[in-house]
Amino acid sequence: MEKRVVFKSRWLPWVLIAPQVFVITAFFFWPAAQALLQSVQQSDAFGTSVEWVGIENFVNLWNDETYLASFYTTAIFSLSVSIVGISLSLLMAVFVDRVVKGALIYKTLLIWPYAVAPAVAGVLWLFMFAPSVGVVSYALHAMGIEWNHLLNSTHAMTLVVMAAVWKQISYNFLFFLAGLQSIPKSLIEAAAIDGARPWRRFWTIVFPLLSPTTFFLLVINVVYAFFDTFAIIDSVTQGGPGKDTAILVYKVDYDGFKVMDLGGSAAQSVVLMVIVVALTVVQFKFVEKKVNY
Amino acid sequence: MKLKFTAAALVGLFSLAAQAQTEVQWWHSMTSVNGEWVNDLAKDFNASQSKYKIVPTFKGTYDESMTAAVAAFRSGNAPHILQVFEVGTATMMASRSAIVPVGQVMKDAGQKFDPAAYIPAVAGYYTAPNGQMLSFPFNSSTTVFYYNKDAFKAAGLNPDTPPATWIEVAQAAAKLKASGHTCPLTIAWQSWTQLESFSAWHNVEFASKNNGFGGLDARMKVNSPLHVRHIENLSNMAKQGLFVYKGRMSTPEPSFISGECAMITTSSGFYGNVKKNAKFAFGLSTLPYYPDVAGAPQNTVIGGASLWVMAGKKAEEYKGVAEFFTYISRPEVQSASHKRTGYLPVTLESFALTEKSGFYKENPGTDVAPNQMIRKTTDKSRGIRLGNYVQIRTIEDEELEHIWAGKKTPQEGLDAIVKRGNEMLERFEKANKKS
Amino acid sequence: MVERRPVLTVFTHIVLILGVLVIAFPLYLTFVASTHTTQEIMQAPMPLLPGSHFFQNYMDAWNGTGAGAGSKAPVARMMMVSLISALIISLGKISISLLSAFAIVYFRFPYRNFVFWSIFVTLMLPVEVRIGPTYKVVADFGMLDSYAGLTIPLIASATATFLFRQFFLTVPEELVEAARMDGAGPMRFFKDILLPLSMTSIAALFVIQFIYGWNQYLWPLLVTTNENMYPVVIGIKRMISGGDSEMQWNVVMATAMLAMIPPALVVILMQKWFVKGLVDTEK
Repeated sequence: MEKRVVFKSRWLPWVLIAPQVFVITAFFFWPAAQALLQSVQQSDAFGTSVEWVGIENFVNLWNDETYLASFYTTAIFSLSVSIVGISLSLLMAVFVDRVVKGALIYKTLLIWPYAVAPAVAGVLWLFMFAPSVGVVSYALHAMGIEWNHLLNSTHAMTLVVMAAVWKQISYNFLFFLAGLQSIPKSLIEAAAIDGARPWRRFWTIVFPLLSPTTFFLLVINVVYAFFDTFAIIDSVTQGGPGKDTAILVYKVDYDGFKVMDLGGSAAQSVVLMVIVVALTVVQFKFVEKKVNY
Repeated sequence: MKLKFTAAALVGLFSLAAQAQTEVQWWHSMTSVNGEWVNDLAKDFNASQSKYKIVPTFKGTYDESMTAAVAAFRSGNAPHILQVFEVGTATMMASRSAIVPVGQVMKDAGQKFDPAAYIPAVAGYYTAPNGQMLSFPFNSSTTVFYYNKDAFKAAGLNPDTPPATWIEVAQAAAKLKASGHTCPLTIAWQSWTQLESFSAWHNVEFASKNNGFGGLDARMKVNSPLHVRHIENLSNMAKQGLFVYKGRMSTPEPSFISGECAMITTSSGFYGNVKKNAKFAFGLSTLPYYPDVAGAPQNTVIGGASLWVMAGKKAEEYKGVAEFFTYISRPEVQSASHKRTGYLPVTLESFALTEKSGFYKENPGTDVAPNQMIRKTTDKSRGIRLGNYVQIRTIEDEELEHIWAGKKTPQEGLDAIVKRGNEMLERFEKANKKS
Repeated sequence: MVERRPVLTVFTHIVLILGVLVIAFPLYLTFVASTHTTQEIMQAPMPLLPGSHFFQNYMDAWNGTGAGAGSKAPVARMMMVSLISALIISLGKISISLLSAFAIVYFRFPYRNFVFWSIFVTLMLPVEVRIGPTYKVVADFGMLDSYAGLTIPLIASATATFLFRQFFLTVPEELVEAARMDGAGPMRFFKDILLPLSMTSIAALFVIQFIYGWNQYLWPLLVTTNENMYPVVIGIKRMISGGDSEMQWNVVMATAMLAMIPPALVVILMQKWFVKGLVDTEK
């Protein structure tokens, strides 16, 4: 996206971006390069013996049928989390924007869950959904639903999607709210005077003006679903039953952290990175066209 | 004047000497009350002498502290002592130049160290085939059987005679179900209790080459007829609602405490939790077995963690490490630790001391675990030494879940474990052949 | 709202209340759990109404007298570490991202797109893979066990830059033209016009980044060995027993609630930046 009017300066932009570039070079690109280097090596955990193995780590992945299956699992998971997460939070944000009374309380209670430490959040979900003893399971059982996410894959996937969405709703809600706040009241008022009903106003004015925020959240949610959900899955289902909730990043972190197979983990990260970069490029090329700046 | 000066100089010298304490860094993963136990051990050791100072630091769960140690080691900042869980043993051993065997450390420091003083089934897990102790068994537990005495009474079973064989367990479960129990039996740490310990308890191989002690070319053997028979029994019990699967690792444990499940096989370390939070009378017993298998019951396999010594430190610091290990091996220290945490006593003397103090009488059931371990181990029951074992444990969890959900038959599931597990073992062998 | 539609308003409230119930339910459970004894919590199902042990548990949590607090660093110290880290991270991130986004949107310079994408790509490599090498960089810089080590590596992210870029692109061209006609230089424009307009975005980001910094667990665990530099989430985690040994759930939950107070305060305090109309008149 281009601005017509810009400032002219030879040196100022470089100065402005310098801090961020320095930080990401020293603390991201340099370590990342070394991590990626590990994808063509095989070593013991402590790095006392390192061996070049070329693409062997990648070949191992290709031959692992459970790895290939997790592509499908990841697609379902990410789609569900992004779509549900964005829609629900948009709904909440629009409604909170509407009300005058109690807005502060609603906003606080809807944003606060983001503050729950991830370690505690995982435990809470177990408390709520543990088959039979969990509060929610108990309630579901009373309604006749035999909740058992330990052995039923659909239940398990539903559970992790819910947990992941829950964590993100506050985040999305906050940014939608900020976006809504910056829509000039005058525009809405003008439309109301013209006789447009709330539903119409939303779709013809609010939503388009919100599109930069929506696009931002779409990209971020996809990235979140792909990369930041390891902790939730690990504390709730550990990828089970079987491997039915083991999304791609789960295996990356599992191999990197628990198994100490740094080479394999790095190889998987390369694959994952390629996928997400591709997805993001697609989003920028095709979806951004529809964004109203 | 001169005297004062000398006196001052002497005082200065002394305080300098006191400050020249050698620090020993110890990274551990003990949380909650066990974390306090670690801190107290360090405090007592430091108070008992002035040359060395042990500094314990909580570094997260076992995986997290391992990650931290790996990162630190690669930048030269490793701790002296690292607590590593039992399934990480092969990983530590594969990094031969990153560690120093405990036996070596003790010998170099001139500490008296007699491997025979240690309980065979406990220390054997961490010992090389040639008898050298590689790591120090610190917090070990083993697999035992808990049951709800009140539930037994209500079902018409004798609360003082727990089922000893699997047939009796099934019978008890049937009676419990008949009396209205929705979950007669559940299992925690299923790979540990039902496959690893099960094998050792019946003196059959879990993997070839003496469960991996004999070489890197060990392969899984859990699809033997006995294993299939056992898993089939459990699977049938599951179908009849006598055994209810409640999750991996320790997730099922709250179901026992809440009274929902009447019987559970899990770690001996669970004892403290049950004692404090259960609202019913409970009992402990040995792991059930099949009486028609020759050699059963043998001994069970330990779980828990051990202390490894990292390489690249100064000799004086290693002396401190050795002194610390000697300290925590003292019978009275071991006995106190055992009583406090429920972890197994590591030396025979400490077990005897605990018995003499009447502890087992006052806390019935706490001697079940040690008794299961104080046996002469056989080659097949010493423990498990397999590479990539963390992954294999997960594979076992996954396939067992397929079996409990009815998606695979016991034979298919166990075959899958063997097939996938062997792939892991092959990879480990290949990666470590040159070292 | 613009006009009065009472039915719609009631409907709105109903949906919001439902939403809050569902979303804030786990929070409510945490609170309930922090007011009972562990034994009560372990009975199935957990009680849904607050119990009678509120003061006892919170005293234990605060003083660290509950069994398992174990840490040599008291809760107060850990909260301080978390507070300072969270502030440095959020303020640091926002400042450098504002500058970068400004440069990317309002200037033409060679490799501009490349710079944007390289900033963006930092979101796409899982932390776990690069955490080891990042540790080494930090160790080599001598930043272990310090606030610098705790915070600077975390300032590298791209979310803020991306958000500001989105926002800057919506600012009308006329404003820039007017500024240039007035003879104002770029930094003047940035300070007097762009910054005030961006307040709601900055406020939103501040809340998010503060909480992100506050809840850090894994990175501090690796980078600090001195327990005096441990943030509060590590303190909570070490009370949660990973194995079978007993756990004081009630004190854990109480500690968690205490740890959530500063983030909650930030959320509430930041509310005034969300007041509508703050940004209205300029456009």
